[in-house]
Amino acid sequence: MNVNEYVVVENIDQAYQLFNQNKKNQIIAGGAWLKLSVKEVNKLISLDDLSLNYIKTNDKSVEIGALTSLREVEMNDVVNEIDHGILSTAISQIMGVSIRNLATIGGSIMGRFSFSDIIPVLLVLDCQLYFHNRGEMTINEFITSKGLDRDILTYIKINKSTGQSYFKKISHTALDFSMLNVAITFDGSFRIAIGSQPGMAMLCEQTMAFLNQQNDISEDVIEQAVSIALTELKLSSNIRASKAYREVLAKTYIKRGLRQVIK
Amino acid sequence: MKIKITINEKDKIFEVEPSEYLLDVLRRNNYTSVRRGCDNTSCGVCTVLLDDKPVPSCSLLALKANGHRITTVEGIQEEAHKIGLYFGNEGADQCGYCNPSMALTVYSLKLENPKANEQEIKEYLVGNLCRCTGYVAQHEAIKKYLGDQS
Repeated sequence: MNVNEYVVVENIDQAYQLFNQNKKNQIIAGGAWLKLSVKEVNKLISLDDLSLNYIKTNDKSVEIGALTSLREVEMNDVVNEIDHGILSTAISQIMGVSIRNLATIGGSIMGRFSFSDIIPVLLVLDCQLYFHNRGEMTINEFITSKGLDRDILTYIKINKSTGQSYFKKISHTALDFSMLNVAITFDGSFRIAIGSQPGMAMLCEQTMAFLNQQNDISEDVIEQAVSIALTELKLSSNIRASKAYREVLAKTYIKRGLRQVIK
Repeated sequence: MKIKITINEKDKIFEVEPSEYLLDVLRRNNYTSVRRGCDNTSCGVCTVLLDDKPVPSCSLLALKANGHRITTVEGIQEEAHKIGLYFGNEGADQCGYCNPSMALTVYSLKLENPKANEQEIKEYLVGNLCRCTGYVAQHEAIKKYLGDQS
C-alpha cells in the first residue's frame, strides 16, 4: 500500500470535503483491513480527533460511534443484552482479541466485506446508520444500494430488543473467514440474514414473510422455510467452500437456528 | 512526518512515512522483540500493547499510534520473566519466536480478566499462533500463572 499523505481532520465537514475531492482519497477507521483492501491512496483521512469512539444508551436504543473498536462493542454490558447478545457473540468469533482492539464498527460496515460476520447480525437487528451527508438509513438500504460509499458514517443505532437469537459462523479455524454465517432473531417476528454466500450478506425477505404469516412453527413449516431460503439466497462457490457445501450448511443451520429461537 | 510515542514509558520521536506500519518503525528502531510473522494480522507475533491493549503492530499504521503509549515485552520485563518461568515449567515453549507476543497477551489478559477460566484463556489467545507447542502446555502454564497471581 502506498499513501501519499496522512491528514488528521479537525471536523467532519473537512473530512467529507477532502474525501470527495479525489477518488483516491480514503477514510481510515481502525485500518485493520487496509492492507487487504487498498493499494494506492492519495490522502488518508483520519477521524481520530472527532470523538467518534463512544457507546451511549437510552431506554430504547444503543448508539455506537463509528470509531468504537469491535472489542469495546463486544464487551459492552448493554450490547450484551440486546437479543441475547447476538452482536457480542458474533464479534467474539472474529479472529483474536488484538485485531478486535484495532478494527472498528464503522470500518467493518463501510468496508462492505462480504466475509463480514457483523453485517448479517446488524441486518437482523435492523440497525440504523447515520451518515454525515445523507443522514439516516437502515443497514439493509446501505448494502443493497450503490453509490453510497463516498459518505462518512458517524454512528449507528440499535434498538434494545430482548428477543431470542441465533448466530452461527462456519469456518475451518477461528482465524479463517466464514464459509457461511447465519443470523436469526425472533421477537414475535422472524428476521434471518445469511452472510459469506460468498457474496454480500442478505436478508431472507421471502423466508421471513413466509414464517411471519404462520401461526404455528412446526417442523414442516421449518422445512418449507428452508426451501424458500435456498431459492432466494445467492449461494455460490469460492476458495473457501463450494456452492453445494454452502447449500448443505445453509439448510442445516437455518433449521437449527429456527428451532433454537422458538424454544 | 514526525510521531511522538511513549514506548515502555520513554517518550520517543520517530520520522515515519504515511504508509509505514508500526511494526516496521519499531523494528527499524531496534525494538526487535516485536516479531514479523504473517504480516496480515493472522499470527499475532507482532503484538504490542497500545494503551495497555494488545494490537497487531503489522496492521496498525504508525501515524495512528501518534500520542499513544506502546508497550513491548521489554516494558514488562519482570512480568515477562515470571510468565517465562511458568512456560518453562510446563514445557510450553520451543523456538521462542512467539514468546514476546504471548507474554504481552497474557499480561493484558491478567489486567483485563485476572480470574479468566480455561475457556476464556483459550478465547483470549486465539490470535496468538505457536507452531511448536500445540497449546495444551501453554494454556496450563497460563492457568497456573493467573491462579498464583490472584
